[in-house]
Amino acid sequence: MSFGYPNLRPHDEGNHVIDLPKNSYGIPDTMTTGFRHAKDGIHQSHPLEYSEKHWMSNKEAMDLAMLRNMQGIHMPLRLKMEQTIASKMQRLPCLASSNIMLDTLTGRNTTVDFEDVFNVCDEAEVLGHPHVLTSVKY
Amino acid sequence: MASTVAVELPHGGFSFDNCKRNALLEDKGFKAPKAYKTGTTIAGIIFKDGVVLGADTRATEDTVVADKNCEKIHYISSNIYCCGAGTAADTEMTTQMIASKLELHRLETSRKPRVCTANRLLKQMLYRYHGYISAALVLGGVDSTGPHLYSVWPHGSTDKLPYVTMGSGSLAAMAVFEDRFKPEMEREEAMKLVQDAIRAGIFNDLGSGSNVDLCIITKDKTDYLRTYQEANLKGVRQGTYRYKRGTSAVLKTEVKKIVLEVIDTQVKPQAMDTD
Repeated sequence: MSFGYPNLRPHDEGNHVIDLPKNSYGIPDTMTTGFRHAKDGIHQSHPLEYSEKHWMSNKEAMDLAMLRNMQGIHMPLRLKMEQTIASKMQRLPCLASSNIMLDTLTGRNTTVDFEDVFNVCDEAEVLGHPHVLTSVKY
Repeated sequence: MASTVAVELPHGGFSFDNCKRNALLEDKGFKAPKAYKTGTTIAGIIFKDGVVLGADTRATEDTVVADKNCEKIHYISSNIYCCGAGTAADTEMTTQMIASKLELHRLETSRKPRVCTANRLLKQMLYRYHGYISAALVLGGVDSTGPHLYSVWPHGSTDKLPYVTMGSGSLAAMAVFEDRFKPEMEREEAMKLVQDAIRAGIFNDLGSGSNVDLCIITKDKTDYLRTYQEANLKGVRQGTYRYKRGTSAVLKTEVKKIVLEVIDTQVKPQAMDTD
């Protein structure tokens, strides 16, 4: 009897779905996404990379699966609905949102993690191109 | 900076950008420098009123002593302390992160933090990083439910025991504990036992040395005894090879005064320090 729990640690299972990009004509748009390199994203460089990239989403999936099994489908639906609404409240392109409501709902405002210490998004060294970001959004 | 089009902003946390480059460099023959471990002896026991934690103070870089008097007992909260073995930077950062998490948790719950909470936070973090954060810790403290002592391994497993040792000198220290440990010891007896265990590690393990630090945590207060005992005092010289004054006899003494005349003075312009 499967309870729908994901793995405790997210690891690369090797079955990736290769989809065509959902742009016009089904090809990647160089104007918005830039040039694609052959060496990007094919094989992982460090065993931890995949695990770290998917850690938060995996943890969320585990918690929602547990809630679904304990309290019924309504609980994850309601929580996810609130989080989706909160994540849609963003600022204009190029301006970073503080995500206060989303952090409060997910519980990130009560913990401190390596994401808040190393490579903090506020002090990123790269800028997003305003034209590109605007055309991506609209 | 302007050459790459950054559509997704970089996310925080550890960055794996250079891993492919490092693998390529290693193929070409350039070996990366290894992270240096602290050979260590750390130990802890539970006695009648609380917990005694002990540590040596030597930090090594391969076969060289990098720091003769480093602090291995880290602060987690006023009633919880943590000794760290393994990579020095990892233990330092991990214990600071857990101290911050525990403080935020304390502010949210308005209760004195418990040792089991610190243990749970530590093990969840270390499990997440698959053992790449090489921190072997001895966590001890006294909370509202009594004294507790845990040993935490780098992959995230923990043991809750009355006496624990970790580090390269753990076998020597554990031998002393196994010989003389009794439950419900008095404070002085417990301090002597931990001190002897750390000394066993210092004198029998090459990676541990210098002094003994102790930390005694009880319900009401915490005593952090830095340099409780200097086990390795530098030797005092017993004699000297210098000759005594008067060994070579003085035959004649003549004192001449050299008169210096000021011939010329020059004033040179110096550039202002505008940095």
